[in-house]
Amino acid sequence: MDKVIIAENLSLSYKEFETIISKASFAIDAGSFVFITGASGSGKSTLLKSFYGAIEPRAGQLMVGGVKMSRISTSKLNFLRRHIGIVFQDYKLIKEWTIEKNVMLPLIISGYTKDISSSQVQKLLGHVKLIHQSGKFPLELSGGEQQRVAMARALAHNPILILADEPTGNLDEYSSQVIWNLLEGANTQLKTTVVVVTHNIPSSITVPYKHYHIEMGNIHEIA
Amino acid sequence: MKSLKNHISLIIALFTVLFSVQIYVAVDRTIEAYENRLKNDYSIIVVSNKTLSAAEFKAMDSIIERSESIATDQVLERLQGEMSKKNLDLLKLTLPKFYRLYLSRFPTPQEISKLQKRLQKHSSIERVEGYAQSHDTVYKLMLLFKDVVQIFSISIAAVTSLLILKEMRLWQFQHAERMSIMALFGAPVWLRSAVLFRLAIVDAIIATIVLCLAFFIIEQYGWMDLLLRTVGISIELFDFVNDAVRSLLIALGVSIVLTLMIVIGNEEEE
Ligand SMILES: Nc1ncnc2c1ncn2[C@@H]1O[C@H](COP(=O)(O)OP(=O)(O)O)[C@@H](O)[C@H]1O
Ligand SMILES: [Mg+2]
Repeated sequence: MDKVIIAENLSLSYKEFETIISKASFAIDAGSFVFITGASGSGKSTLLKSFYGAIEPRAGQLMVGGVKMSRISTSKLNFLRRHIGIVFQDYKLIKEWTIEKNVMLPLIISGYTKDISSSQVQKLLGHVKLIHQSGKFPLELSGGEQQRVAMARALAHNPILILADEPTGNLDEYSSQVIWNLLEGANTQLKTTVVVVTHNIPSSITVPYKHYHIEMGNIHEIA
Repeated sequence: MKSLKNHISLIIALFTVLFSVQIYVAVDRTIEAYENRLKNDYSIIVVSNKTLSAAEFKAMDSIIERSESIATDQVLERLQGEMSKKNLDLLKLTLPKFYRLYLSRFPTPQEISKLQKRLQKHSSIERVEGYAQSHDTVYKLMLLFKDVVQIFSISIAAVTSLLILKEMRLWQFQHAERMSIMALFGAPVWLRSAVLFRLAIVDAIIATIVLCLAFFIIEQYGWMDLLLRTVGISIELFDFVNDAVRSLLIALGVSIVLTLMIVIGNEEEE
């Protein structure tokens, strides 16, 4: 089976003599659904950052989508990111853009025509139940709604990989459910690889998944 | 529109730069026109015991544009009745040659004294007569005014640079978040900063249009023109083709350099 992410003795840190993730080795299959758990401050976000190139490996090897992440060039990184959809804990929506344009962002970057983008955005806003909010601005929505916008944005360009960092962290039940349904849907229907960092794995999950736990800088799989 | 205030301060800053450049250009143009007028009135009379060609004069000092020999025949004719033909012929032979020299530009006092010394050094030249008084008060005032304008424009440029720099920080701050989010989705630098460049170009165009309007109004009222005509000068304060194009280029240059600095600064932060 193809691997989307391969880590070999991967070490991550922000400063030189610090270790946040230490010599981790694991591989994530294409089309799989993966949960990453761990205590607060254990390095879950840091690991996820390394997957989208916001932090470079301190030591060891990391391949994402067949691309080596050490000393990656800007253009290669941009190319890779155009095939990844990220959902951030703090949403990271563009405040001065409407909901519609926010969802459209990955499509604008990939250079899709207005027509194709618009219909894709309408479809996604339907999935996240925000069709009637499309003209509003992010700060006019609730946290749950903003995260649903971010979810729609992450799916807009049919990415091969979705990375979600505590996407339902402190959301209401309804918004959480919408987001889990979409993540599961993308995985089962589009065969998108999904990697989710979370505090607790929801019981409603029906797809088969792998579960990694981070503890003291070590990553191990929980059967 | 929230960012309208920021637009206006950049437009005002750009306009100020353009306006002071234009004032400097106009003053320069005025002085040049005045020098040209003075130059035509200005000449030097040279008395020589030998015939000197225009080329010989030019070789003495490059500021000499042309020479004109002053005809002595008229004077001699007038003396015809009073002198005998023999004496007249003798006089004709001994009479020196008179030349009027025209200069290629209006000379500075230093240039005049240098020129006079050079002419006098020539073996055949007997006398040099210049017009020292031609450095009139108006001209001296104009030169003073030019200096004042120069200092003024430089200080305006300095103050405006500070203003633009402050504006830049604001822009950087305002756009940094959007630009970093776009980067997370793989937007190349040019796409991330496209909005900034668009704003910069629009502001440059608006500043140029405002400048054109300002000079259009000044010319409509015509008081500047009237003022200049009293000293015998007619110049174009603002050329609506050449000056407008130059101003637009300056405005675009300044605002694009500014945007590039923001973009590069932003890149380094990542
Ligand atoms: N940008 C950063 N610079 C320096 N240290 C950081 C940075 N982000 C996180 N850290 C540190 O790295 C460790 C792991 O953080 P993080 O990956 O965010 O944990 P988690 O997401 O599991 O809560 C923490 O000790 C945190 O203080
Ligand atoms: Mg985290």
